[in-house]
Amino acid sequence: MKMAGARIVLECLKRQGVDLIFGLPGGAVLPIYDALYDFEGLRHILVRQEAAAGHAAEGYARTSGRVGVCLVTSGPAATNLVTALQDAMMDSIPIVAFTGQVPTHLIGNDAFQEADNVGITRPCTKHNFLVKDGNDLGPIIREAFHIASTGRPGPVHVDLPKDILVKEWDLVWPDKIQMRSYNPNYDGHPGQIKRAAKLMARAKKPVLYVGGGVISADANAELRELAELTQIPLTQTLMGLGSFPMEHPLSLDMLGMHGSYYANMAVHHSDVLVAVGARFDDRVTGRVDAFAPKAEIIHIDIDPSSISKNIKVDVPIVGDCRRVLAKLVEALREELREEPAPAVREGRRQWAAQIAEWKRDFPFRYEWSDDVVKPQHVVQEISNATGGEAFIVTGVGQHQMWTAQYYKFKHPRMWCTSGGLGTMGYGLPTAMGVQAAHPGKLVINIDGDGSFQMNSQELATCFTEGLPVKTVIINNGGHGMVRQWQRIIYKERYSAIDLPQIPDWVRLAEAYGCVGLRVTKPSEVLPAIEKMISTPAPVILDVCVDKDECVFPMVPAGGANTDMILEPPTREVRDKAAKSQTGF
Amino acid sequence: MPNGNEPRKHTIAVLVENKFGVLSRVAGLFSARGYNIESLSVGETLDPSVSRMTLVVRGDEFVIEQATKQLHKLIDVIKVTDLTDESHVERELVLIRVNAEPSNRAEILRTADIFRARVVDVTPVSFVLEATGDEGKLEALIELLRPMGIQELVRTGKVVIARGPKTRVRRVEAPRKPRVADDPRVVGFAD
Repeated sequence: MKMAGARIVLECLKRQGVDLIFGLPGGAVLPIYDALYDFEGLRHILVRQEAAAGHAAEGYARTSGRVGVCLVTSGPAATNLVTALQDAMMDSIPIVAFTGQVPTHLIGNDAFQEADNVGITRPCTKHNFLVKDGNDLGPIIREAFHIASTGRPGPVHVDLPKDILVKEWDLVWPDKIQMRSYNPNYDGHPGQIKRAAKLMARAKKPVLYVGGGVISADANAELRELAELTQIPLTQTLMGLGSFPMEHPLSLDMLGMHGSYYANMAVHHSDVLVAVGARFDDRVTGRVDAFAPKAEIIHIDIDPSSISKNIKVDVPIVGDCRRVLAKLVEALREELREEPAPAVREGRRQWAAQIAEWKRDFPFRYEWSDDVVKPQHVVQEISNATGGEAFIVTGVGQHQMWTAQYYKFKHPRMWCTSGGLGTMGYGLPTAMGVQAAHPGKLVINIDGDGSFQMNSQELATCFTEGLPVKTVIINNGGHGMVRQWQRIIYKERYSAIDLPQIPDWVRLAEAYGCVGLRVTKPSEVLPAIEKMISTPAPVILDVCVDKDECVFPMVPAGGANTDMILEPPTREVRDKAAKSQTGF
Repeated sequence: MPNGNEPRKHTIAVLVENKFGVLSRVAGLFSARGYNIESLSVGETLDPSVSRMTLVVRGDEFVIEQATKQLHKLIDVIKVTDLTDESHVERELVLIRVNAEPSNRAEILRTADIFRARVVDVTPVSFVLEATGDEGKLEALIELLRPMGIQELVRTGKVVIARGPKTRVRRVEAPRKPRVADDPRVVGFAD
């Protein structure tokens, strides 16, 4: 039976199991919106700006484990979406983005709302397609979902010219997908897994370093089994938070530029470092030649190109984290059947004692104040009030780091943050996507006043679509992270960082039909958080915090992880930091 | 990243799906990562749905390893083979328009003869020569013709084929100091 291309797109989405899309209509996709008018079983959430559709799809995907879908029109809509695509690319989030395109006979004519969509999205997607023949719609959409969700997940973009959507075609739906050029490797090489197990069993100072890949692969149970079996302490990257309970005795919290002292020291002094689904990002490694200098490195990753990209790896294992970890646990059980050598046992005992000492002596800390709210305190109260059971989303900046440091993450897929790209404005739209995927659940967006303003228009979407996202604005009246760098590294030459208290967040919330709350004193924080949680509507909680508060520890860019600054630095430390500054 | 090896030229054969936009994906990959392509040629293979690109890239082992992995990561790439250390035949074609005054016409023809180049266009004042060969041979020919006055020079990219009866080329040996060690899947060649 022939049907319009637009209808075929919707039918394919349905067959693919999609029940929710985020989008914004326009000229080139009018046929799809017309087909959507009486199409059953597909909820559409109308966002206010296209990037928000992309971020919402990311939030949906990360927390549900399914592919997120967004749909926008041609030209400016597609270019607006680019930020979200690159964000998903860097954080390996599976989304499929549909854009409209001018009719095929007008492509290249500089037509109204034309842009070279596939040309623009080529480097910021895992793959992209321009549909030039309606008979390809089904196979392309199938492949798009397959590519997005398999191997190292990522965004896939499908560009749909208007005439393809209008003309009638047969729906072609291949039974199975066969791509000779794309066959991700899931099972790790058994010889390599055995080598890794041997190394781990004999290590005296081992550390596990786990990233977002563990969450993408749903490997948290295997990871926990491995950690508990071997009693190896474990640190998580920003993207990996939630893969292992933070309150577990083996947890070293986050590592890297704003990671814990004990995580960075443990990695630095380790003799065997096991990286699982992590990619040795520069924010994790600091100066690469000083990163884990004594360690033999085992790297488990599904993406061969991640291996030995930044750091030379000794035992590479290409495969799915879940399958590889399961095999590694088996191999380790075998290895650990024999009593470890006394030297190894003694080494491990000393290592555990050393780590306990670092944890005791250098915890995350901040100065308490009775007069002004400390941002870390806000995150702690949110963590306590929710018991680690809420979905947490952030923007980008100081508030993001404080959340990573002070929120006690318990479960995987309950944390969304823009790790690789550092997209300010990510918080609210992503939280919307999370809320849409989990109706009735508590979704909290911890945001900054700078970051939140980049997508605050989505309050309208939250209100009209019934998405009761709670936003806590850690309001320090400026771009706090930039201010921190200017303070510590640029000799307090504060340049373009002040955001005077405009808008009034409470009134802005009310203008959008949401609830606005404000807190200025430490004693008001907990009651306000409780009120926010119990309010059924979308809420903005504006928390005016100490604007001088900095995120510590901090590794200045270009510095080694052992050069951590632990507290507001003296003049000498600042001068040293300014000198070590080589990049960024 | 520390590296103990010098940059050198690598010849990489890439089998790709013969689809719209593939060349731009490959070219974009190199420009986005700051790698330089010295020469590139593309053509259909026996199977019209597959094209073969021959890339000449300069880089040390780390750059080449990363470049081949990134190439393989492209969805439309079927197979990546580094032919540099394999026994292979390489050819390039050059067309040279050279000044041909009465005083040096004979000399040019003699030179062309030595290099088995053919004259494909003649005017009273110029010849166009066509020559094929590996890079060294063509460079030598160009150097000999240069004093006569080369008006225009056009070169194709390099094309390369492995020697021997097999059409399939095995993966190159791991570098002396093994980094990616012995997991044959790591470099990511499709076979």
